[in-house]
Amino acid sequence: MTAAAQLSDEALLAAVARSDEAALAELYDRFGRMAYGLALRVLRDSALAEDAVQDAFLNVWRSAESFQADRAKASTWVLTFVHRRAVDLVRREERRRTEPEEAAPVPAGPGADEDAERRSKREVVQDALRRLPPEQREAIELAYYGGYTQSELAERLGEPLGTIKSRMFAGLQRLRALLDEAGFEAAAP
Amino acid sequence: MNQELHDLVAPYALDALEPAERDAFERHLDECADCRAQLADLQEATLALAFAESAEPPPALRERILEAARSENGAKVIPFPRRRWLFPATVAAAAATAVVAIGVGLWASSLSRDLDRERSANAGYARALQLLGGGAEVTQLADAEGGLLVAPDGEAALVVCGLQPAPKDKTYEAWVIEGETPRPAGLFRGGGGCPPVLLERDVPKGSQVAVTLETRGGVDQPTGPLLVRSEAV
Repeated sequence: MTAAAQLSDEALLAAVARSDEAALAELYDRFGRMAYGLALRVLRDSALAEDAVQDAFLNVWRSAESFQADRAKASTWVLTFVHRRAVDLVRREERRRTEPEEAAPVPAGPGADEDAERRSKREVVQDALRRLPPEQREAIELAYYGGYTQSELAERLGEPLGTIKSRMFAGLQRLRALLDEAGFEAAAP
Repeated sequence: MNQELHDLVAPYALDALEPAERDAFERHLDECADCRAQLADLQEATLALAFAESAEPPPALRERILEAARSENGAKVIPFPRRRWLFPATVAAAAATAVVAIGVGLWASSLSRDLDRERSANAGYARALQLLGGGAEVTQLADAEGGLLVAPDGEAALVVCGLQPAPKDKTYEAWVIEGETPRPAGLFRGGGGCPPVLLERDVPKGSQVAVTLETRGGVDQPTGPLLVRSEAV
C-alpha cells in the first residue's frame, strides 16, 4: 500500500501535476478499468481502446496542472479525457456505422474479479438508463456511447437540432434525478 | 446571456459537439457561472454513464502508460504563471522579449554542433529579424514567454520560449485559428531556448495562433490541449 493510495482523487491529481509517477500509477489503478470499459464501448476494438486510454492518461500526465478543482471533480476530468479521445478516434475511424444499441459490446461482462460494489453501481446506472423516456435514452446513448455529434444525430433521427439538444438536456437531468433517488454515489470505486 | 451557446451545455457534457462548437462553448464557460454550475450538474450524469462501463484492460497497458510517462518526464511542458496583459506598454515589452529571445537564440544556435539544425535555425532567426525590420507587429502570447511577429502581408513567425523538446513520437504543431476554425500552420520540435518558428500559413487580422503537442507527423485538427495561445492579431 503506497501513500498515494490514501489520497483523494483531487490530491492525487495534484501529485500527478508534480510529476509523481506513483500518483499516476494509483490514478490508473482507480480509473483504468472504467477508462478501458468506456473506450471499448465507444470504439469496439480493443487495440483502439488501448490507444485511447494511453493517450488520455498521458494527456492527464501532461496537463494535470491545469486541473481546476472548482470546475469539476477529478474523476470527471480524467474520464472526460478518455471519452473525448475515444470519440475523436471513433469519428476519425468512422467505425460506428453499425447500430450502437445492437452492437453494444459485452464489454464489461461482469468480470470474475469485478467486485460486488462496482457491479451494483453498474446495475443502478443501467437501470436508470432503462427508465428514461426512450427518445431521451436514444439521444444520450447514441451521443455518449456512439460518438455521434448533435448535428449528426439531428440528421440521423430526422429531428430539428433544437429537439436533439432538449432531449439530451432533459435526459441527463432525469438520469441525474433517478440516480439520486437510487442513492448513487459516483465516488472512486 | 448568449442563449444559443448556453443551449450547448448538454451536448458539451456528452462530448457531442464539433471541435469549433466545443471551443466556442469553452470560451463561453469562462464567462458564464450559471453554465459552469449546470455543467457540473449534468456531468454527474455523464460520469455515471462512464461508471456503467468497466472492463479489465490488458495487464501490459499499465506498464506501457507508466513507461511512456517516464520517458516524457523530461519533456513536460514548463508551466508558466498566467499573466494579465492589460496595458499597451506590454506590447513594447513583448517586442523586447522577442528581440532578446531572438538574440539569445542566435547565440545558442552558434554553440550548436548540429550543422543542419543550425542552418535551419539560423534561417529562422534571420527571417524573424527581417520580419521585425519590415514593420512586423508583435502580439503577446497568453501563456508563454515570447511573441508572435506578423508582417503587414500576414507572414508570421512564432517565438516561444521554454518548450522542452517534443518526445520522440510527438511533435509540436502550430495552428492559425480564424473565427473558430483551426488550420495547421507547421510542425516543430521545440527545445533550444526560444527558436522562431516560421509559420506555413499567413496570419490574417483578428486570428490567433496556438500550439499543441500532437502525434509525430502532425494532425489536421488539434487533439491536445492548447499549450500556447496568442492574443488576437
